[in-house]
Amino acid sequence: MSEQNIYLPYLMTIDKITNEAPGVRTFKLKFQSEEEANAFNFKAGQFGEYSAFGEGESTFCIASSPTRKGYIECTFRETGKVTSGLAALEEGSTMGFRGPFGNTFPMDDWKGKSLVFIAGGIALPPMRCVIQNALDLRENFKDITIVYGAKSVNDLVYKDELKEWAERPDVNLVTTVDPGGETPDWKGEIGFVPTVVEKTAPSPENTIAIVCGPPIMIKFTFPVLEKLGFKDDQIYTTLENRMKCGVGKCGRCNVGKLYVCKDGPVFSKEQLNDIPAEEY
Amino acid sequence: METKYISKNGLNEWFSQIVKSGKRVYAPVEERGKVEFKKVQALSEVAEEYIQTTQSIKSAVFPRAEVLFSYEKENGQVKVEDFNPDTVKETVLWKVHPCDAAGFKPLTAIFNWDYTDKLYNAHLEKTTLVTFSCAKADKSCFCTSVNGGPGNTSGSDVLLTMLPDGGAIVEILTPKGEALVQLAASAFEDDKGEDKSKYLADVPLAFDLEEVRARLATAFDSPVWKEQSERCLGCGACAFVCPTCACFDIQEDAHGSKGKRIRCWDSCGFSLFTLHTSGHNPRAVQSQRWRQRILHKFSYMPDRLSVFGCTGCGRCSRACPVDMNILEHITSITKK
Repeated sequence: MSEQNIYLPYLMTIDKITNEAPGVRTFKLKFQSEEEANAFNFKAGQFGEYSAFGEGESTFCIASSPTRKGYIECTFRETGKVTSGLAALEEGSTMGFRGPFGNTFPMDDWKGKSLVFIAGGIALPPMRCVIQNALDLRENFKDITIVYGAKSVNDLVYKDELKEWAERPDVNLVTTVDPGGETPDWKGEIGFVPTVVEKTAPSPENTIAIVCGPPIMIKFTFPVLEKLGFKDDQIYTTLENRMKCGVGKCGRCNVGKLYVCKDGPVFSKEQLNDIPAEEY
Repeated sequence: METKYISKNGLNEWFSQIVKSGKRVYAPVEERGKVEFKKVQALSEVAEEYIQTTQSIKSAVFPRAEVLFSYEKENGQVKVEDFNPDTVKETVLWKVHPCDAAGFKPLTAIFNWDYTDKLYNAHLEKTTLVTFSCAKADKSCFCTSVNGGPGNTSGSDVLLTMLPDGGAIVEILTPKGEALVQLAASAFEDDKGEDKSKYLADVPLAFDLEEVRARLATAFDSPVWKEQSERCLGCGACAFVCPTCACFDIQEDAHGSKGKRIRCWDSCGFSLFTLHTSGHNPRAVQSQRWRQRILHKFSYMPDRLSVFGCTGCGRCSRACPVDMNILEHITSITKK
């Protein structure tokens, strides 16, 4: 077989578009080539380069679970040139995808443990693949707690799925919005994610905490988890540095000597202690 | 590896056979006081003696801008045309210096780190390097401090060391080099047993590379980065002339329904290089970017790819508009 061009994307059809929140969309994507669809495999935590032909590529996680076959999903906020180009696409149109790249959440090592997911805003998507994956293999894990916060009720993503998780007896879902972001009929918490995590107080015993969110949220959530008794090897996060190639060549995503695209995007807090925090 | 001798006339004959074979030949050409690699047809066009071209030869394998693939959109569907390695022409780089040839090792390491880069490899496969040992050096040269030397063979297919009689010692280093020699096999004579070291420039050892690497392992928070980079303009000239800098951007060139995705040179010295869409920038100030440049070349690359990202060519020091001298900066780190 001749060598593959690592910059050549798979052609994907946008099967379904879901409007999640203002400016935030989820695309359900299907491979146009059946052969490529069958050969495609990934694991929770991996990411890809999504492209709008004519605009360029952007890096997002794969937001759906590898246990759900036949499609992948990505969720993004319309912010720059590429995401605006993607947002302009309609169901049925073609876009590009390169991946899967990067490492994965070590879910096999987490068997028999409780999981605490802590996410803020648009950072629920990188965690959703793990949540879906864990829920699809529910018997492998003990307690599952999800703490999810956004600026306002309107900014919460995956609203249908949040409802679904709230109704499951085997999931403890806590949602929160920043003060002032609530609506009159809001029944969740009001407050910032770190505060709500402290209040929820998940037990660190035989538990893994997965934290994804804006840097400021992560910065204030780590000390809360430490206070609750979580050790650094029990805490995982993903880093989101800017990338172009996704495969360790373009030179911009490294944090110290670790490359987010190759050594990440998933890092334990133990690993983060060894790399300079100012580079992410 | 085999060593031979070639006379002045033999060199002329060999060169004309290479041109006749249809391969593109790039060699240093002097124009208005500047020496640059240009396409040549005759040996008379090639610069007699030169210390350094302004640009390195890396563009032969890593072009400044290269089409990764092209596409055409029609009714929401997309047709893609892949990069075709057959379009890459056989190329001979003539009279390269050892520090430029040595750049191919780090470039190859980067472009083939786990994922092989088909484009880079296509160029590399069709490129033959005829390197000439350096008889002259200047104050910016420090190849001997970074595992190189004026007669170093790394990256070369053939290495010539010029002799006073106008002939040369010919070291044939690879099958590609051998194939090139075969184009004019009769022009080569038996090795005369000359010692090439007599004809090499003197490039004194300026620092101990492993000592630099050891210092850098704990130097992330050192004040040197700010001190050294205070005058840096962030112009990126150092990266553009560097034979090993491989950082790139991927850009779209689209007009109407047709477009190309293009890879182009970039630099860690630019403020936009690491800027996130959110506005957050992990390397927001120049000292952080300067630190990245040095640590990448002298610490991260040896750690991750087992090769240093510097060949001691000194181009960055010569090109810098504010006279930042990499040699001074590296040696000052070992003295801190």
